Amino acid sequence: MTDTVAQPAAVADAKAAPDTMAWDSGLRRLMMIYLPLGCFVLILLFPFYWMAITSFKPNAELMNYKEHNPFWITSPTLAHIKHLLFNTAYPRWLWTTMLVAVGSTTLSLIASTLAAYAIERLRFRGSPYVGLGIYLAYLVPPSILFIPLATVVVQFGLFDSPLALILVYPTFLVPFCTWLLIGYFKSIPYELEECALVDGATRLQILRRITLPLAVPGLISAGIFSFTLSWNEFIYALAFIQSGANKTVPVAILTELVTGDVYQWGALMAGSLLGSLPVAVFYSLFVDYYVSSLTGAVKE
Amino acid sequence: MSVTTLPPLALAHRQPSWLVRLFDYKPFLIVMCLAPAIGLLAVFLTYPLGLGIWLAFTDTTIGRKGVFVGFENFQYLLTDPLWWNAVFYSVVYTGIATFGKFALGFWLALLLNNHFPFKSLLRAIILLPWIVPTVLSALAFWWIYDPQFSIISYLLVDVLHWRTSNIDFLGSPWPARFSLIAANIWRGIPFVAISLLAGLQTISPSLYEAAMLDGASAWQRFRYITFPMMMPILAIVMTFSIIFTFTDFQLVYAITRGGPGNSTHLLATLAFQRGIAGGELGEGAAIAVSMIPFLVFATLFSYFGLARRKWQQGESND
Repeated sequence: MTDTVAQPAAVADAKAAPDTMAWDSGLRRLMMIYLPLGCFVLILLFPFYWMAITSFKPNAELMNYKEHNPFWITSPTLAHIKHLLFNTAYPRWLWTTMLVAVGSTTLSLIASTLAAYAIERLRFRGSPYVGLGIYLAYLVPPSILFIPLATVVVQFGLFDSPLALILVYPTFLVPFCTWLLIGYFKSIPYELEECALVDGATRLQILRRITLPLAVPGLISAGIFSFTLSWNEFIYALAFIQSGANKTVPVAILTELVTGDVYQWGALMAGSLLGSLPVAVFYSLFVDYYVSSLTGAVKE
Repeated sequence: MSVTTLPPLALAHRQPSWLVRLFDYKPFLIVMCLAPAIGLLAVFLTYPLGLGIWLAFTDTTIGRKGVFVGFENFQYLLTDPLWWNAVFYSVVYTGIATFGKFALGFWLALLLNNHFPFKSLLRAIILLPWIVPTVLSALAFWWIYDPQFSIISYLLVDVLHWRTSNIDFLGSPWPARFSLIAANIWRGIPFVAISLLAGLQTISPSLYEAAMLDGASAWQRFRYITFPMMMPILAIVMTFSIIFTFTDFQLVYAITRGGPGNSTHLLATLAFQRGIAGGELGEGAAIAVSMIPFLVFATLFSYFGLARRKWQQGESND
């Protein structure tokens, strides 16, 4: 913004001394914007580069910085990934994680669509307070809930079952999705629904045929956000799941692959890379929805 | 839209079944719509929250129902140096990491608010640290902080020759503490930057034009336009950030598990160690409950930030 304003002034000055001024503002721009931006991108991305390059390095190169430049691979290998896929339960962990993420996302989308519709469109006395209550639920962090929740999960006989995670994850997904969807429902003109009511449609017909089709972008945003949040969840999965086969990827890598005193960094990094890829791919497909949901939720 | 094509006459003539009528009865529909969300939150959030506070006043262990012991757990915690240490580190961790995240994140947001090619691509890339599972990027940091094969040590010792020995990142208390804070800042910058960028884009350019005409310097424009206009969004994002940094668990559990010598325990990791790993559910719950006063403080901070926004925009406080 400052630049678009600053430009005309700079151009006006440049007429007097074209060479020095143009060069000066170009250099200034480089130093003030591109250089810091470059540093930010470099630092923010380096751990991923390091993760990726480690997972394809043979062990000899991994442990020998004197003869091999650590920033590059001379003889890339798939050994770590092969080890992960064929000697560990990694595919099983991926499958469990996928199941849990899809299950809890579906559950929270249904619950929060209905709740948002009731709060925003069915308007009843006290509906803002219900909305506020759901919002406050978002401020309760999992760290203070996991101990009592563990006893609740045991009471329900769900300990060590992925179903426990599917039922528990909506506690942090529903508040977020409900608030996102309330925002979307607000943006849909109420007149459309009034017309339908006059034409004799029932409330459920209105929800199904008018409101939901118009709220699809909001549903996609809420869906991908929930999917990534449940894919990344750690503390509940760590506390509620015990047997190796039922673990989710983040927990399994930390508890099953870290064994003994000698860490197998190649396999660990390959596991991290493979575990990050699904969310990264998913994210790259829907990046605009993702950014809009993130910023939309903050602005609400 | 599709409703205009519905035959309205047919709907009016056909007597709808009692089920359809029931679902069109507004109070019933409201209850049905709210039931799934409220039910899930009541069973898995409100009830555990209450249960957690109750557990904190009992001596429950895994496999044994406890009895009410009053403030015994809290009295014990007050004499426990490990708990004090965890409180101290939680506050230091939250303070320094929040400051770092917001200073760097605000700077990044200001940079991203300029015009340059591939802007949306860059914005997408920058969010990566935030969407990748924290534990998995924490593992990458663990490897970066390796005592023997740390890439940072290699850079400083073998490439730049600034040091003669490798840095022992996680072997002693203070370096380990700051290494964790650095990883937390790294993970938090994208969220802060993208949220603040959204706030920056809502500031009207005409404000800057007016200030330029009045001869305001770049610093004055930042201080008297950008910063006050960003206050409300800063307050919200900061509240979220403080709450989730203070109750952070994953980074510490993945990188140091509270070590070396219990020096990097946050309250959440200490609660896990005592409550789940150690089986002392009552004591773990007490540690978790002891986080609540800090969280209430942070929420009040947010509330007053919001109230201030309404006042600034000339709206009535509703």
